[in-house]
Amino acid sequence: MSGALLSILHRDLSLLLFGRRNATVLPVLFFLAVAMLFPFAVGPDAQLLARTGGGVIWVAALLAAILPLDRLIEPDIELGMFDQWTLRGISEEWIVAVRVLAHWLSFGPPLMLASLIAAGLLGLDGTTLRTVEIGLLVGTPGLAALGVTVAALTAGLRGGAALAGLLVIPLAVPLLIFGAGSLSTGGEGGLALTGAVSLVLLAIAPFAAGAAIRSSRG
Amino acid sequence: MQAAALTAWELFCRRGDRLLFGPLDLCLEPGAALHLTGPNGIGKTSLIRMLAGLLRPFVAYGMGSSAMGSITWQGTLALLDERPALDQHLPLGKALAFWHGIDGGRAPAERLGLAHLLDVPVRYLSTGQKKRAALARVIGQGADHWLLDEPLNGLDRDGVALVEDLIAERRAQGGVVVIASHQPVELPGAQTIDLRDHPA
Repeated sequence: MSGALLSILHRDLSLLLFGRRNATVLPVLFFLAVAMLFPFAVGPDAQLLARTGGGVIWVAALLAAILPLDRLIEPDIELGMFDQWTLRGISEEWIVAVRVLAHWLSFGPPLMLASLIAAGLLGLDGTTLRTVEIGLLVGTPGLAALGVTVAALTAGLRGGAALAGLLVIPLAVPLLIFGAGSLSTGGEGGLALTGAVSLVLLAIAPFAAGAAIRSSRG
Repeated sequence: MQAAALTAWELFCRRGDRLLFGPLDLCLEPGAALHLTGPNGIGKTSLIRMLAGLLRPFVAYGMGSSAMGSITWQGTLALLDERPALDQHLPLGKALAFWHGIDGGRAPAERLGLAHLLDVPVRYLSTGQKKRAALARVIGQGADHWLLDEPLNGLDRDGVALVEDLIAERRAQGGVVVIASHQPVELPGAQTIDLRDHPA
């Protein structure tokens, strides 16, 4: 069982990181593009940029996480992969758990690295950057869990990709409020709440997405 | 008398608002073969998916029975349907290797006429070659029983003969093979069920 899950994790990662599903390069470029465009739009006021930059990074990270949603679950349903895994006694819940891990690895750490560049573009100071990085570290796993859940729920629907994006945004609002909120208060309370929301999403995701995949078989 | 490899009772199938077939009872001994026939849309694929545990039997209250449909297999299952479950952009060899990693078995690529195609991405394979590749996945799984949904689609005459040989070998080892096909299949001693004879 664990050997099979490792094989699946390996496949997920090679598809998401390097493969056709390209869930790393595009979101990171998109993220950097937002961080680059923001100073052009609001002007070169260094104080304003430093004050709002952390929030911009959070919004950009949230939007970047939406990009690969349509390639997270649906292609494997269409290929019949889930049916074959089920026949081998590997439950949808385990596969979703593995997929959440793979999805997070493919966009969380890359976004945290890209945040270093974005912080330079926006002129963030060291303390803010540290809070942003810790916030992303505890917040992006929740984003990954939410993304996989919504991807499973909308798989096979007409316009599922657009719908997935629209569904993720309101559900990700708690992460955004606590994550970006920790910047203005500078406190650890916001980060702790971000982590709490993440943990709840991580705990729900395998069961919600697993049930969604089963019911999509009709 | 050996224990039955497959017992299924009170299977009803509903798609949308229509009841397709039922009640259907099945009992297959090890080594048996079952050929499902009937026109398109009669529920052959649904029955195969039901037997695979992917589709729940419809509970037909008030249809002369109140029993839940039940399906019991003795042994493991492999499924072949219209979807190959092989990564389209990967070379065939690597796409099959993913399933080897999970199943531990090795597919006989030479026998299926795939040996020269292992470097070709799956999406460039023809319909018949994809069917052969999916068969390789099924064999590599090493499961006891096979569920084959239209296994002959797109295969040439050699391919059909090969499938018939493979089915005979599986049965000789005590496996049950269920085939849904509108094409004639050479299955000595097979039971044939025409789903038109089991209308709801």
